[in-house]
Amino acid sequence: MKKTYNIEVDCANCAAKMEEAAQKTDGVREAVVSFMTQKMKVEFDDGADAAAVMKKVLKNCKKVEDDCEIYI
Amino acid sequence: MSKKQKNVLWRIIVSAVLIIGLSVLGKFITLNKYIWLVLNLVPYFIIGYDILKKAVKGIFKGQVFDENFLMAVATVGAIALGDYKEGVAVMLFYQIGELFQSIAVGKSRRNISALMDIRPDYANVEVDGKLQKVDPDEVSVGTEITVNPGEKIPIDGVVTSGDTSLNTSALTGESLPRNVKTGDEVISGCINMTGVIKVKTTKEFGDSTVSKILDLVENSSMKKSRSENFITKFAKYYTPAVCFSALALAILPPVIRLIAGYAPMWGNWIFRALTFLVVSCPCALVISVPLSFFAGIGCASANGILVKGSNYLEGLSETKYVVFDKTGTLTKGVFEVTGVYPENGYTKDDLIRLAAYAESASSHPISLSLKKYYGKDIDENDVTDIKEIAGHGVSAAVDGKKVFAGNLKLMKEENIAVANEHNEGTVVYVSENGKYVGCIVISDVVKPNTKLALSELKKHGVKKTVMLTGDSKAAADRVAAEIGIDEVHSELLPADKVSEVEKLLDKKEPKEKLAFVGDGINDAPVLSRADIGIAMGALGSDAAIEAADIVLMDDDPAKISLAKKISVHTLKIVKENITFALLVKAVCLILSAVGIANMGVAIFADVGVMVVAVINATRALRLKNKTE
Repeated sequence: MKKTYNIEVDCANCAAKMEEAAQKTDGVREAVVSFMTQKMKVEFDDGADAAAVMKKVLKNCKKVEDDCEIYI
Repeated sequence: MSKKQKNVLWRIIVSAVLIIGLSVLGKFITLNKYIWLVLNLVPYFIIGYDILKKAVKGIFKGQVFDENFLMAVATVGAIALGDYKEGVAVMLFYQIGELFQSIAVGKSRRNISALMDIRPDYANVEVDGKLQKVDPDEVSVGTEITVNPGEKIPIDGVVTSGDTSLNTSALTGESLPRNVKTGDEVISGCINMTGVIKVKTTKEFGDSTVSKILDLVENSSMKKSRSENFITKFAKYYTPAVCFSALALAILPPVIRLIAGYAPMWGNWIFRALTFLVVSCPCALVISVPLSFFAGIGCASANGILVKGSNYLEGLSETKYVVFDKTGTLTKGVFEVTGVYPENGYTKDDLIRLAAYAESASSHPISLSLKKYYGKDIDENDVTDIKEIAGHGVSAAVDGKKVFAGNLKLMKEENIAVANEHNEGTVVYVSENGKYVGCIVISDVVKPNTKLALSELKKHGVKKTVMLTGDSKAAADRVAAEIGIDEVHSELLPADKVSEVEKLLDKKEPKEKLAFVGDGINDAPVLSRADIGIAMGALGSDAAIEAADIVLMDDDPAKISLAKKISVHTLKIVKENITFALLVKAVCLILSAVGIANMGVAIFADVGVMVVAVINATRALRLKNKTE
């Protein structure tokens, strides 16, 4: 399952950090962040609960970059 | 400017005024050191409170060595060492730089996004006799929607009433308007220019052309190029490497000096290490490369060229071989009269009129092209007794005279002496009352821009152009000679095209890329086999949009050379940015390590390089203006 989320992040390096943090989250198979379009595309593991996983993704992203937002 | 940016701007202005005021004050009165410190801390906190807050938060979350932390330590360090003015000034410059960069990035991002903005906001649906604006997502298939002049067509459909001209430039880059009338299909994303039309939708919004294109463009920056992946990987090793170097710079020299019996000068070396860290921020690289690709893709979109990913734009720039399908790509794929050769004293007009009248009842493509070339209305009273002679042609009575129009066999059977035989394309021979009138050659015509496109491709680094076709050798060679293509493979079955492309793929160097250009109708296997598949004239053709890597929205071959040009230009900018950023960083890192560069230079190396790189990246967007 793939989903795209709008995000808000100020710098490109921060976007790269978010991407890495999202990829490391359990339940995420693949995550790509586009700083240009301010979007995060997440492919979830089979059977994962997208909403629950995204909460964890947001938490992990906040950890590496305080000033970011994911509109879940 | 956003609210956030305005807020920062005000803080910059206020603290700048305070700093200037303080330095003027300092010239006239001498104050106690502590009072002076407190006075300086006022502008310092105004300008830097958010940085300090983030730095503290970062430490608690284990994110040491981010930019905020660096700036906090550098400025607090300066103030602790008694250099109040430098501490406050560095923070001020940093904020100015950050603001500038955020505006520059935001602006170019919006500029590029605006180019691709073809999203319709609403559809006009009649509810209880009144027009209402509704979300296009909620319109079901078969609903009648109204499109007023100046509005975008939100959903694909068929015109049920009204006629108008449509501006398709947002989709195709083509500036000529397209006229539509009742019964015509219209595609979402076009702008209605002149009249009110009613459209019965044939698709849901999500399946409409505009959604497909938006989806494709928005996802394009997700498919990252090798250059982008390189930078991400590079940053991964670079950041820790720089951090350890800085740590070494802060500790090793003083320790060595201590051992050697000199004063260690801890403060000096720590400050150098901090400068070193500020210089090292990889943001300029990390932002400028994807931004350049984004701008390149944006520029292409504005010209009706959809690139599905940065990787394909990169691939196209490395393309050395371009293989074309002939029909529909290099040629129009429709039959047109290309030669009229009257004999026996007849004029061209006589010949074409007789042929058009004799063929008037047929709907065969050949007949249609004859009628189109004739261009005038056909008076059906003047032609009678039309008979089809299967495999040969037609016979008819035109103005009461017996006319035969057809191939050479027909002429032979009717014992008519043909004075001028032709063997290219399809030839229609015409006789009147047993007398030979002449012949008309009908063939597939080359598109007007084909020749130019091929020579332009050569100018932008393509080594060889190849044409594949199922047509006869004679027809293929004639077209090849006309357009100046390097290699021709004719009389191929669809499956042969794949094997020809595979042969070419085997022959080339691994670094050189091969692109295949087709009309996307029956060449999906070849499109996916080539390194870069380019589909032409894809407006409304879902299959082509699926199969290809690069989609040209109309069927102008000049778009192929333009796409190549944009890709080469973009990659040049990417390389410039990488080289420039790395070079300036390297020089500033060395300068700061040996203590020549101060914090001001360091901030330039961080933010200045980034701004220059961003401005350079947006050049990829402006190629459009040069080509028009």
